[in-house]
Amino acid sequence: MAILFEYFFNGAVLGIMYALVAVGFTLFFGVLDVIKFSHGDVLTLGAFSGLVAFLALQLTGLDLPVIGLVIVLVAACIVTGLVGAAIGQFFVIPMRNSSAFNILLMTLMIGTAIREAIRLFYPTGANPKAFPALLPNSPVEIGGVFLRLDSLILLALGFAIVFLTHWLIRHTKLGLAIRAVAQDGDTAQVMGIPFKQTVLATFALGSMLAGIAGVMHGIYYSEINFGVGLLLGIIGFSAAVLGGLGSIWGAIIGGFAFAALQTIWVVLFPDASGYRDVFAFAAIIVAMTIFPTGIIAERYSERV
Amino acid sequence: MLLKAAVVGVALIASAVGAQAQSKETVKIAFIGPLSGGNSAAGVGGRNSAALAVNLRNDNPSSKYKYELVALDDECKPNVGIQVATRAATDRHIVAGVTHYCSAVAIAAVDVYHRFGMPAVVWGAILPAITYGNDYKEIHRVNGSMLDETAVATDFLTKQGYKKWVIVHDTTDYGNGLLKFFQEKIAKTDGQIIGTFGVGADQQDFSAELLKIKEAKPQIVVFAGLTPLGVRVRSQMERLGVNIQFAGVSGIMSTSYLEALGPTAEATIAFHNGAPAETLPGGKKFVDDYQKAAFKDPAEPYGPYAYVAADLIMSAIEKVGPDRKKVLDVLNATKGYPSIAGPITFDDHRNNSVASTKYVAQDGRWVRWEDSEYASGKRQIKIAKD
Repeated sequence: MAILFEYFFNGAVLGIMYALVAVGFTLFFGVLDVIKFSHGDVLTLGAFSGLVAFLALQLTGLDLPVIGLVIVLVAACIVTGLVGAAIGQFFVIPMRNSSAFNILLMTLMIGTAIREAIRLFYPTGANPKAFPALLPNSPVEIGGVFLRLDSLILLALGFAIVFLTHWLIRHTKLGLAIRAVAQDGDTAQVMGIPFKQTVLATFALGSMLAGIAGVMHGIYYSEINFGVGLLLGIIGFSAAVLGGLGSIWGAIIGGFAFAALQTIWVVLFPDASGYRDVFAFAAIIVAMTIFPTGIIAERYSERV
Repeated sequence: MLLKAAVVGVALIASAVGAQAQSKETVKIAFIGPLSGGNSAAGVGGRNSAALAVNLRNDNPSSKYKYELVALDDECKPNVGIQVATRAATDRHIVAGVTHYCSAVAIAAVDVYHRFGMPAVVWGAILPAITYGNDYKEIHRVNGSMLDETAVATDFLTKQGYKKWVIVHDTTDYGNGLLKFFQEKIAKTDGQIIGTFGVGADQQDFSAELLKIKEAKPQIVVFAGLTPLGVRVRSQMERLGVNIQFAGVSGIMSTSYLEALGPTAEATIAFHNGAPAETLPGGKKFVDDYQKAAFKDPAEPYGPYAYVAADLIMSAIEKVGPDRKKVLDVLNATKGYPSIAGPITFDDHRNNSVASTKYVAQDGRWVRWEDSEYASGKRQIKIAKD
């Protein structure tokens, strides 16, 4: 029984990281109908900026427990937010009337450029980098269940970010503008909503989520490398499509579903554990044929 | 990256050679190994060691040629490995190569060397099929194979009381090969493998696999893969509270494993075809020369074999001149060649067998088991419980 809970808990940590990436995809698709494939590499960029911020703190002797984490997260958010907005401003918005295929290809190339830039310009960037333990990692044992405090905090942090995003979209003026643009960009503009600013804010917001996911990923695995974003981006995108592109809760469900599929496969077929991603992606393909518009289908839900 | 690595390699030699030996004919030999990526510590150590052999040979006034080492980066990726192998093999100025640390790369590249008739001496890859899976006269190996390694590992671990094993292996030729030999070897003992987990070479998360292992309650987790993956598996064992003894193959035995894990690495057991450089027959000279050359990075356990491979090739060239065919014949006939790692003798598949050494991580260093505080009883590895 205890072990079952451990599967559940560690699957959930994985799921929340996938979900944060998936929410980004959903936001971009929601406001502008675009698929931004550089998202995974923006995540890597976030993780690396967090690492640089930490190293800078260490140099100045300011690597204090809580402040360290906050500064690392803020640094990751600033960099990814700016890069996300810049991609929107200079590449996606000017191209928004061309075919979706062009934008997809272009963002794919931007992602590759970011990834290669990290590999080439970060000192020995091709090697995995140890990520600092920014959270207390003392073990917690409750009724035979073994957890670590930092895993717990990361899960809580992930959920807090998801709820904060939801609140931002539902209960703030910015959220109202995002939802309006998502429903009908032209009409929203006629109603006096600044279209471009809203789109850029959405791009910044989605990319910040990736930055946070990148830092969480680094803390959880105590390591980052220039290629982490590649698979995470694809998983996040699949999760968003599974949940229904354009729906935040769909993306979250998709993220958890993907983590669950991976975990369940290994639990059921430990001898074939190498096939877990094959299984998970195959299951997503099957699910897509059953729910072509995602689990939370667009016609039943408002976008974003 | 490739170009940069090559330039660094050439520069290393050029600086040492200086103006001396201008009149001698220049002969190029290739070094191929992972100079970037997660296994680059081993690759750079090998590159430095091969460069050391070349420098010493060039400093020797009686050598007939001026040698130049062309260092190429295979990134431990088979597709990249084939590209650089082709580049070396098609360059007629390169007489022979000191080739490959990663088995998955070496096995992919043997066909290239065979097709272009370039003699290659493997310095770090241990998959038996590299030499035994074909009858290519071009392929030689000085560092032994995983047959040597798995034999010593199985024997040692079962004798330490670890009878119930779980094997985590990567799904490349390297990990799959090791799994196969472990399965064969353990069948002859009273031990058993109660679970095997194949994992992707780039996999990040092992929580499901490790929790399954926790449930299965083995006495030991044996890891058959390379350092980056080994680091992740070991550190996630700690995160998930899988409190079981951990052992690995030579693939994890690098300084980057110790650096990345810090205190978590303590008491990891590993097996390696390379003995500590100091304990090798010519080890003291190697260690001293390596120190004198002031390389920035350590030689790593397979460094001496890269040195031996380069030395063997240059001796052959000295004997018959820079001709691939003639060099090949000399290398093929190697018997009892005196090297710093002991006499090198190639069998009918041009493989040199070695005796594997047992190691344990102690205070951030790999220590020979016999010399460790674990063997003397001062410290304890995790006890095998039923």
